[in-house]
Amino acid sequence: MSRNILTARADFPVFEEYPGLVYLDNSATQQKPRQVLEAVRKYYSFENANPLRGLYDLSVKATDAYENARRAVRGFINAREDCEIIFTRNATESLNLVAYSYGRANVNEGDEVIVSIAEHHSNMLPWQLLCKEKGAVLKYLECDEKGEFTEEALSALLSERTKLVAVTQISNVLGRLNPIRRFAELCHKAGAVIVCDGAQSVPHIPVDVQELGVDFLAFSGHKMLAPMGIGVLYGRRELLEEMPPFLSGGEMIEYVTREGATYAPLPHKFEAGTVNVGGAVGLHAAIDYMNELGFEAIEKREAELTALMMNEMQKLPHIKIFGSDKPSDHCGIVTFEIEGVHPHDVAAIFDSDSIAVRAGHHCAQPLHKQLGVMSTTRASIAFYNTEEDVMRFVRSLGQIRRKMGYDE
Amino acid sequence: MMNNTFYSEILTDHNLRPEHKHELECANFSHEGINPSCGDDIVLNLLIEDGVIKDGSYTGSGCAISQASADIMLDLVIGRTTEDAKRLSEIFLRMIKGEITNEELEELEEAGALQDVSHMPARVKCAVLGWHTMENIIKQFEEQIK
Repeated sequence: MSRNILTARADFPVFEEYPGLVYLDNSATQQKPRQVLEAVRKYYSFENANPLRGLYDLSVKATDAYENARRAVRGFINAREDCEIIFTRNATESLNLVAYSYGRANVNEGDEVIVSIAEHHSNMLPWQLLCKEKGAVLKYLECDEKGEFTEEALSALLSERTKLVAVTQISNVLGRLNPIRRFAELCHKAGAVIVCDGAQSVPHIPVDVQELGVDFLAFSGHKMLAPMGIGVLYGRRELLEEMPPFLSGGEMIEYVTREGATYAPLPHKFEAGTVNVGGAVGLHAAIDYMNELGFEAIEKREAELTALMMNEMQKLPHIKIFGSDKPSDHCGIVTFEIEGVHPHDVAAIFDSDSIAVRAGHHCAQPLHKQLGVMSTTRASIAFYNTEEDVMRFVRSLGQIRRKMGYDE
Repeated sequence: MMNNTFYSEILTDHNLRPEHKHELECANFSHEGINPSCGDDIVLNLLIEDGVIKDGSYTGSGCAISQASADIMLDLVIGRTTEDAKRLSEIFLRMIKGEITNEELEELEEAGALQDVSHMPARVKCAVLGWHTMENIIKQFEEQIK
């Protein structure tokens, strides 16, 4: 079944409630289509029970709903096995799981960890903390002023002491797509594992973990039409098998005695406590919805809207767009500054025109320091945006300096 | 959604052409005020003699609301006693909470242009930064003369 991308906006109740809303904060979280909301409602109405343990029909239904969602995620990112998909709360928890479990077991004093300077704090702080705790060395992969990370720069940092490299597939500030497949090859040649933050890529481009060759991939459901509170960690089975548990308690054990425990097999070893079945069901519905649209259509639509936005912005004076000049390098993320106007005032004026954008450091303070600014404003696109959204954004943008008392 | 006219001429003018944004060598009190989440960062300088704010200035950076609010505040309190400045600050903070009478609003003069911040919870911290910083300085002054 296929779904027409140009009429998909009608599936989102938020735009019925607020017909005048221009929502351009999609990198922060996406809106939810009624297919997702309905799936969650149906689960909690008719299939709700504690999964994985109840010996009765309803619990089996809940378990099936949960495990079917895992299978859908496996297919979506083309992992080899279902057990390589761990459900978490969000990408942040997924990355922390890797740092606390894999990191503590494998990174030791004098070892090196490499993170890119463009990382979201959630793919930076876990590694800072790990390196401090273990006495390991944290190295930063730097980009050029257009936001490009090169293979040469990574090669220069890798050494036989490098245990792990953490890098985002698409920067949440610059929108730049990094050459993860080549990075993974370089990391593996050096004997390091690669942890990829897919929070901004998985919702927008087809991601195939086998083709990319990454060891771990983290992403959040809420940035791809699904509810908040469900996230995914993909990990290569060989690595996950060897890793100690992250959180402990219910559902993740095989057998417990006074002295200790043996742990459940993958993936349940990493899913302590009653899990978020409703969230997983919502993510499953979101994946179905995106598959019905098709990534070819999603990418084409988002590229058209990004090109329109950047081309119109480049006609305006006093606007600086960060990263590449080419819309095709932005994956729907356009971060900018207006000369002489603080980003919080920019966002407030957009808000007065019912336009939602993000202002601040976007959880990437070291990158902002590198760019030489304290904070910026970010507009981010999803397939359900329209040309009218973009043009209203551009018209509002063109008036901001005047509204702030400048002559032009 | 906020009122379209919030950025009035009073605010934009104080932001773009602040009268009091400069160093103040004669100051005997300086205090830094920071909003870590949004990056507003100002240093307020006051010259206080015989319980009177004789002169004042600020430096730093931040959004238009934080900058204009500090400039307007200095317009209002320079020449007044610290007691009077404290009283006005208390009225200002109540205005931001939406608890103020029309007579009190008049006393605040141009600072009344920030009244609508009471409907903008995300910007309250910006508007009150200068005022909280001044209250801290007055507290220091009061401890000194004790």
